Amino acid sequence: MPPSARPFDPTDLAELGADLSEEERMVQQTVRAFVRDRVLPGIDGWFERGVFPVEVAKELGKIGVLGMHLDGYGCAGLGAVSYGLACLELEAGDSGFRSFVSVQGSLAMFPIWRYGSEEQKQLWLPRMASGEVIGCFGLTEPDAGSDPGSMRTRARRDGSDWVLDGTKMWITNGGIADVAVVWAQTPEGIRGFLVPRGTPGFTTNDVHRKLSLRASVTSELVLDGCRLPEDAALPGVLGLKGPLSCLTEARFGILFGVLGAARSCFQAALEYSKSRLQFGRPIGGFQLTQAKLADMAVELEKDLLLALQLGRLKERGRLTPVQVSVGKLGNVRDALEIARASRTILGANGVTLEYPVIRHAANLESVLTYEGTAEIHQLTIGRALTGLDAFSS
Amino acid sequence: MEVAVCVKQIPGPDSPQEIDPSTGRLVREGQPVIDEADTYGVETALQLVERAGAGSVTVLSMAPGGETSGVRAALAMGADRAMVVSDERLAGSDALGTARVLAAACRRCGAELLVAGTESGDGYSGVVPAQVAELLGWPAVTFVRRIELDGGELRAERQGELGTEVIACPLPAVVTVTAGAVEPRYPSFAGIRSARQKPVEELDLSALGVDPAGVGEAGARQRVVAVRAVEEERGSGEVLEDDGRADERVLRALSEWKVI
Ligand SMILES: Cc1cc2nc3c(=O)[nH]c(=O)nc-3n(C[C@H](O)[C@H](O)[C@H](O)COP(=O)(O)OP(=O)(O)OC[C@H]3O[C@@H](n4cnc5c(N)ncnc54)[C@H](O)[C@@H]3O)c2cc1C
Repeated sequence: MPPSARPFDPTDLAELGADLSEEERMVQQTVRAFVRDRVLPGIDGWFERGVFPVEVAKELGKIGVLGMHLDGYGCAGLGAVSYGLACLELEAGDSGFRSFVSVQGSLAMFPIWRYGSEEQKQLWLPRMASGEVIGCFGLTEPDAGSDPGSMRTRARRDGSDWVLDGTKMWITNGGIADVAVVWAQTPEGIRGFLVPRGTPGFTTNDVHRKLSLRASVTSELVLDGCRLPEDAALPGVLGLKGPLSCLTEARFGILFGVLGAARSCFQAALEYSKSRLQFGRPIGGFQLTQAKLADMAVELEKDLLLALQLGRLKERGRLTPVQVSVGKLGNVRDALEIARASRTILGANGVTLEYPVIRHAANLESVLTYEGTAEIHQLTIGRALTGLDAFSS
Repeated sequence: MEVAVCVKQIPGPDSPQEIDPSTGRLVREGQPVIDEADTYGVETALQLVERAGAGSVTVLSMAPGGETSGVRAALAMGADRAMVVSDERLAGSDALGTARVLAAACRRCGAELLVAGTESGDGYSGVVPAQVAELLGWPAVTFVRRIELDGGELRAERQGELGTEVIACPLPAVVTVTAGAVEPRYPSFAGIRSARQKPVEELDLSALGVDPAGVGEAGARQRVVAVRAVEEERGSGEVLEDDGRADERVLRALSEWKVI
């Protein structure tokens, strides 16, 4: 039987969806349904009040979203494209939910899965996959952002114990985490430590007054003579490549995720343009509006094509960090532009929480900065292009 | 406890939602999905087997071209296997033709209980499950909100206008469940992965032993002769002057319209 014609989809002009596997489609539909049922009804209020509904997020564990791209230890072991599509659907709800999933799966579970001892994996991963235990990832410090190698957090030996001192800043999930993956300088180089909540000398303070990612917890982690047993350290990695490899994983989810936010904005703008009348006709009938809509639809589809290609490379084990930078830089920047252009189509309504657009636009400002700022990705790509390192003089 | 559950695969939400005026049939474009009405049946069947602690759930679907995308969703939710009946001679079947196929499939899978939705989300005939029951010679309990099994007996609650009716009936039986009777689970990702490996038996009419004369266009004794666009009836609205108690009148109106 010939494949039936596909209905016209303004958010998939080149029919990229047609080439997804049945499994990928089911993953996408499942997360989309979850977002429709559990995220969208509450998101405006959560964003406005600046709260993250932990209980709703934990339900993602039941479905298997948390650490879905990892194998074993209660993880679903799905492919990279499935993981990307799940991020996309979550971020079509809100970047806060996608951030939660990125941090849990790629920044907290991934280092344990990749660099942890068998005991550490058994102890943490199944409970993190189910959502019972929440993790966070502490790399950035007040004075070490784009240059994490300059971190001041130190771990020193005391007998067989480790003692950690330092401050981490801007840590997603920090205040709600049951375990923090903290990166610290040791005499041998940078190492990762698993710091359970409640360990004496370990406290967190949430960042308030954010105007972006309001439905997400961002915190400071304070380590003040925090004593940990020897087996709190991740045995499998030494040096900056440890945390950087986690970031590569998470950035992959982001380059898909932001397309969800962009899609949501575009859909809102498209609908609005057909119903809003000015000068006696729908504003979607004006050429200037159509130019915006057409450009958005084209960018959205190109970015999805890029994301899918990077996903296929990842599934073949061939995705490089530079390629991830290409996707993170390009897709986040485009998503933000789509959000802003959508905002203009909505006029004054575009600045209210009655529509999702300003919320996504505000969220994407954080996404542009975290996981490597746009400039840092430009430098990464620039170095690959020229062979010249422009990160420092 | 062997339970069979009917799953119809219907056009997805992104399909045009139009009727072809020349055939009177729904335009079917793009990937079909599981009828949401059937997700309640699947959830009910899964819960019954889980509570019984033994048994399995078989998905029954009649679909053109061996279509399985909606059936896989039921398997991903946790059903154990599926039987998909596809045959070109089935095109144009009326409700009774469909019921003949589903009854044969149900007999073949050896279920003691057949669960279905009350009506499909695209056809709305609402008679297929009762016809299947008649063909099988089984009792049919329709519009059920709660169901329990007690030995060989089934107890079902039906919500009526005046109260809740509790019905007992012996197995085997056919039950239709209303939307909202249970909360259908999301397919888990582990379920989605394992759905790939679950057995899906694809049968044509001969394999199923169904007489082609009673199904399809040939067997249909009902046909759609015309399709008219929905004519919107709009009465004049009522303007409320808010005297501080307009909310009560709005609430009353909403409950009169049975919106709340
Ligand atoms: C909401 C939110 C959540 C976050 N969650 C986490 C988390 O979970 N874990 C974590 O570890 N961190 C997290 N971060 C921190 C984030 O990764 C950092 O903010 C980011 O790395 C940038 O660091 P910075 O803010 O110190 O900016 P800086 O590094 O000070 O950069 C300021 C500006 O200077 C530019 N710049 C810096 N160096 C160069 C250069 N060499 N050449 C050109 N331009 C340069 C930057 O691109 C930027 O435009 C989060 C941030 C936010 C906003």
